[in-house]
Amino acid sequence: MSAQKDRWVFSFSFLLFCASSIPTRGSARLLQELSPQEYFSSLQAGRASLAYFSHNVSPGAQPFLEQIENSAEALQDYGISVVKVNCPKEDVSRYCGKENALRKAYLFRGNMLIREFPTDALFDVNSIVANVLFALLFNEVKYVETLADLQNIENALKGRSNMVFAYVPATGTAEHRAVMEAAFAYGTVHQFVLTTEATLLKDTGDDESDVSSARLLFCHCQQATDLAEPCRRTAMGQTLTMLNIHRHLKLMGAPLVTEVAEDPEKVSTVHLQLGLPLVFILSQKETYEADRRTAEFVAWQLLGKAGVALLSRDLVDLNILLRSNVALKTPDEGVPIKYLVLEDTDEVITLVEDKNKIEQIQEDEEEEEEDEEEKENNNQDIQDDQVVEAVSRDKKRELPLEQILVLTEDTFHSALLETARTVVLFYASWEAVSLAVLRSYTEVADHLKGTQGVLLSRVNCWDWPGVCAKENVTQLPTIKIYEKGERSVMYNGMWGTEELTSFIMLSRVSCPLKLATIDEAEGYLRGEFPSELSSYHHTSLLGVFSTATSEAREAFEEAGSILSGHVTMGMYFEDDALALSRKYAVSPPALLLARSGGRSVEGIALSKQSAQDMVRTIRYESLDIFPEITVQNLPRYLQFRKPFLILFSDGDISQMESKEMLKLAKGRPQEAFVACWLNLKKTPVGRGVLKAYFATMPSLPVLVWVNLHAGGQVFKFPSEQSITEMNILSWLEKLKAGLEIPSSTLSEEDWKPPLPAYDFLQMMETAVPELPLHTSHRRGDTPERHPPESPGGDTAVREEPSQETKVEKVGSPGRDLRGTAPRLAAREKQGKRHSKL
Amino acid sequence: LGLALYASSLCAASGAAFLYHDYCVIGAGPSGLQAAYFLQRAGRDYVVFERSHAPGSFFALYPRHRKLISINKRYTGKSNSEFNLRHDWNSLLSHDRRLLFRRYSRDFFPDADAMVRYLEDFASLLKLRVQYNTAIIHVTLERDGQAWNGHYFLLTDQDRQNYKCSSLLVATGTWVPNVVNFPGSEYVEGYETVSINPEDFAGQTVLILGRGNSAFETAENILGVTNFIHMVSRSRVRLSWATHYVGDLRAINNGLLDTYQLKSLDGLLEGNLEDLAIVKDKKGKLHITLRFYLENRNTSAGIDSVTLPQDELDNFATRAPYDRVIRCLGWKFDFSIYNRSLRMMPGKGNKKKYPQIKPSYESRSTRGLFVLGTASHSVDFRKSAGGFIHGFRYTTRAVHRLLENRHHGVPWPSTVYPITQLTNSIIKRVNEASGLYQMFSILADIILLRENATAFEYLEEYPVGVLAELETQTGRKAPNGLFVVIMEYGRNFSGADKDVFYYNRAVGEAQHAWQSNFLHPVIYYYKRLPTEREMRLRPPDWPLPRPDAVHHIVEDFLTDWTAPNAHILPLRRFLENCLSTDLRNFFAESCFLFAFTHQKLPPFCRQGYVRMQGLVGSEGLRRHAVEAGLLEDYAPTDFPGDRPPDSREGSQDQLLRDHAIPVHPLQHLVNAKDE
Repeated sequence: MSAQKDRWVFSFSFLLFCASSIPTRGSARLLQELSPQEYFSSLQAGRASLAYFSHNVSPGAQPFLEQIENSAEALQDYGISVVKVNCPKEDVSRYCGKENALRKAYLFRGNMLIREFPTDALFDVNSIVANVLFALLFNEVKYVETLADLQNIENALKGRSNMVFAYVPATGTAEHRAVMEAAFAYGTVHQFVLTTEATLLKDTGDDESDVSSARLLFCHCQQATDLAEPCRRTAMGQTLTMLNIHRHLKLMGAPLVTEVAEDPEKVSTVHLQLGLPLVFILSQKETYEADRRTAEFVAWQLLGKAGVALLSRDLVDLNILLRSNVALKTPDEGVPIKYLVLEDTDEVITLVEDKNKIEQIQEDEEEEEEDEEEKENNNQDIQDDQVVEAVSRDKKRELPLEQILVLTEDTFHSALLETARTVVLFYASWEAVSLAVLRSYTEVADHLKGTQGVLLSRVNCWDWPGVCAKENVTQLPTIKIYEKGERSVMYNGMWGTEELTSFIMLSRVSCPLKLATIDEAEGYLRGEFPSELSSYHHTSLLGVFSTATSEAREAFEEAGSILSGHVTMGMYFEDDALALSRKYAVSPPALLLARSGGRSVEGIALSKQSAQDMVRTIRYESLDIFPEITVQNLPRYLQFRKPFLILFSDGDISQMESKEMLKLAKGRPQEAFVACWLNLKKTPVGRGVLKAYFATMPSLPVLVWVNLHAGGQVFKFPSEQSITEMNILSWLEKLKAGLEIPSSTLSEEDWKPPLPAYDFLQMMETAVPELPLHTSHRRGDTPERHPPESPGGDTAVREEPSQETKVEKVGSPGRDLRGTAPRLAAREKQGKRHSKL
Repeated sequence: LGLALYASSLCAASGAAFLYHDYCVIGAGPSGLQAAYFLQRAGRDYVVFERSHAPGSFFALYPRHRKLISINKRYTGKSNSEFNLRHDWNSLLSHDRRLLFRRYSRDFFPDADAMVRYLEDFASLLKLRVQYNTAIIHVTLERDGQAWNGHYFLLTDQDRQNYKCSSLLVATGTWVPNVVNFPGSEYVEGYETVSINPEDFAGQTVLILGRGNSAFETAENILGVTNFIHMVSRSRVRLSWATHYVGDLRAINNGLLDTYQLKSLDGLLEGNLEDLAIVKDKKGKLHITLRFYLENRNTSAGIDSVTLPQDELDNFATRAPYDRVIRCLGWKFDFSIYNRSLRMMPGKGNKKKYPQIKPSYESRSTRGLFVLGTASHSVDFRKSAGGFIHGFRYTTRAVHRLLENRHHGVPWPSTVYPITQLTNSIIKRVNEASGLYQMFSILADIILLRENATAFEYLEEYPVGVLAELETQTGRKAPNGLFVVIMEYGRNFSGADKDVFYYNRAVGEAQHAWQSNFLHPVIYYYKRLPTEREMRLRPPDWPLPRPDAVHHIVEDFLTDWTAPNAHILPLRRFLENCLSTDLRNFFAESCFLFAFTHQKLPPFCRQGYVRMQGLVGSEGLRRHAVEAGLLEDYAPTDFPGDRPPDSREGSQDQLLRDHAIPVHPLQHLVNAKDE
């Protein structure tokens, strides 16, 4: 029986042991158990430790010991070790000897005793941590008891640093611990002030709270300038926990107003990270100062509740209503930003404080939006045509048109007879593209000033539609070159100064030009003859014909008339044509081609005889093998509808690269791909191309393969490889095999209307619903069909007042968001109608 | 009975020799000559019959007081000949610049003799084939399956000469005076014969029946010498500046309104002329009474027994006796020469003076018979200008084009343009076209879209009333949708009772363009050609059935619709949204960028740049586009000292401009699909 009882007692105590040891297992390792000697010898300078001295068994101290053991982990975080010093029985030293010493805990920094705590002050973990930190942070956390003390501290801080003022009803509480823990982290940043005096709380003007709960105020003393005034305060709304204080201080530390110049969707601030909404004040340049003040005002109101950002619409392309002036971004993932039109700063504050309000406003907004869709609809009344806009911005500038003769219906024909060549620009004075060309045309006139036998003139088809119709001008602009009394040639090249000048100059020389001597022929191939063209870059073609090849010669002449102005063509068919053909190793009929750049002469055999074939051959052959691609010449290479292999280079490409690429290009005719290079210095828009291909600008030069016409994939030649024919070829093989991953793919989207149009049909139906617009309506249904006889049928006129009032509502003054952009726009809308003069 | 006999005698003579022409035109007035001009230019076999010895015989007599009320505006500040026709209401259409009316008269309201001279010159200078002194007195049909229309028209002149034609163009105008018959109407003088010498009216009291321009013109002439003039008519006066209808009372003739409203004895009355009766007293004075009283009177009694209204109602308005009563009731079409088989029927209601025709100007009952000129006004009576030279010169051309297609396989003239020219084509036409302007709501330009909206075909001045028959009438196909460009006044703006001067009558903003009141261009979009049923069931007062989309170009004070932002931009957006494409213009540099970054190109780049006709643009324009945020400048900007004066100037400019452009639309440019 007794044995049984013993066993029962044993198992009970075992259970007890387990129960007590389980919670402490984690801290078991943290709580060191040392002998006094070991303890004192382990103390390091600057390190704090909390020690409790005990003899082996001291049942009264048991609960305290548990608490101190439990707090070991928390204190560990602050670098404070907790030590249980086991006093030997015989030890009667300072800490072990005295009976009451055993009822205390001692806080040391190094081997200096900072404080001794009676065990009843350390009733739980909170009180232990709070008291220990309070003792350690004596300088960082000022304890005040009177208002005067508080004001002294505050005044001393003004302009220097901010103050965190906390009231706790009692020390050793969880709130006290939270404040202390915060002070440990922020004590060097802000001055912490602690009080337990409820009167102090009242005196700081915070009388709403009851004294039983702790309060924390952030005092913005750093910016305070007025010594007489207390610092601006921001109370923390939440209960005092470590996390909340941390959050609050983090928010107070964030800039009051963040300036934003990117898509609000991408913006992230500390507020959003901390789960608070972010309010955007949408601003634009004109109202920036006022908007900034608004934003600051709102920010003070919302401090600690939401962040405020100032978004400059000028810098960001927002696809939102022009009227919108506030946006709200919530921290919730996936919730879109709400754009609102608010009229008062109070609305912004309520918006944040009362979440329900958001939905309400939003709904109103949507309704209103539907009503006013016709008026707003994005920015559809803003010009988005670059040519039209550029021309209208330039319209006040007077063009130097004195070199260009104005032709009228009466003078047109006589003027054409006066000069060998008359260039006529047919344009319309209201049409943007023709006006853009007119500007280039004045530059051409400037270049050609003093050139004999060429007259530049213009006909405004808006003034003289008869002339334009008679001259078969169906598109504007059109340029035609009239040869005295003979044919006219329509210009079909790029609308650029350089191209047009060169065209006019080249077409002055007959095409093909008959060359009389072998010297002329040689000079022609060198680009020296005819001399007036020597300054214009051009490709020269020389047809070499024997007397037996008259058919080919005729085709050549016909081809010449088609290509006139674009290339120069000469022909030589004297007896010593054979000498020429021998020299260049061709047999007549053949073409000799001299390019504008190097002027090396290539021989091309003419097999097909028709003029069209010849034109095609000449066009093809005069293309470069490895061209530098430019804005002007790209279309010539685009026509092959082949992939492009482009070497983007910042400036000229190296000889090495040029040589390798040329080798590559020569091996593969343009049927396979177009090998070219692009000089970013000369064609800066190439950067735009690279930006579209790669997220970041790649290091230059970079070789890119683009399947422009099939799939649109873009591949980048590995930058670590050197640009050699071999490397490129094997890379191309890999591309073909699908082993490479494209860097990007070109959009294959259609070009849709950039913005919607005014939906007048819908407006009519809304405004005049009784208007029988629907085809199903029967004719007889309307009682009166003759408006003169039916004063009652006057629906549209009666509708007008309501239209007008609506407009006024939009733009009515007195609603203040301090002149932000939307109101500016709204005010403009007021002038919907004007009476004529 | 006489008519029947006459007809049978004609039938008997039908075996006799006929002079044959493809086209016979009756009447060498303005519309007859206009038709002859087009037939001549097209090289057609035609003849014009004129009963007088010279063209325009109506104008030799009328208006009696010789002042034409069609304006002869010689100066407009523009040299555009097409535009100037908008303000020249007297010239006929021709290629000959000598035949512009301003060369014939310097008067804003010219003398009718100038018109006679003009028409003579028009016929002779253009060598039109007019057979004078030939009065067609009978028209009948001869069935023949081989004929163009299943029958020939047989015409007989006053000398019993017969003519045979495949197509008959009736340009006889309206010349038969309207008369009313009431007791005492024998005392009434007609406008045709009344003296035009004011001296003959000195100290007289005159009653004028009618309230048209001829009535007021007559009154205007004698206003200064009469005791007073009263004017009586069934309907209230309609002022042309209130109705926008040139046939209503023109301001130039409205002197009597002035003296009436200023109580200078003259006056206007409303009453039905059918109820009227006139009795002459012994002194020769004319008294107004009512037919009702006459019917009850004892026929044997004299004038004294006639009850006059003032006997019962002693303040009866027209109780004062008149010295003269003048009838100015206008004219009607001469229906008498047509055989019954042609079924030339008068119109209904106020159109009874005109024969019934279709909106294609073809007779409702006789195929191949077209009515031209004033007689064709039933199509747009009291609406547009089809009854007047400045209107029917265009409708005559339209009829000619219909005939060319129907009988000669010449489709309606058209031009095919690439889609990039769409906005321009419309802007050009609405700014200069005179036919659209004069024949507003009646003639319309038609834009037929080609497949995939890459190109379009432009047809000018088609009669919109026969839109449903477009394919058969023009020989052009419309399988891919169409735009109809037309000009309109505001729906409820014009009218006899309307105050057309009310405050805020003009719309200034493009977004309210649909409320425009003055004449402005309207563009209708149809995904497919409307059917005849849809045309029939269209809303009243609408020229066209409900479209798939509609655009109004906001009315313009100067009728100059070339403003880039107010006129062209909204039009482009409308066209873009109908066609679901991007119709913006781009500089070559943008096209270059798109060519390398998009698989597809916008139409402007596709049809220009890719075909080596890119718009390079000057450096100045490029800079403007960059400043506008519509073109990105990729040139490296890390050389701040490079162009400081330029950039400062630029930013200043930007600052000013930003007022109008708060948002940079650059993104739309790069990203075409932006919603």
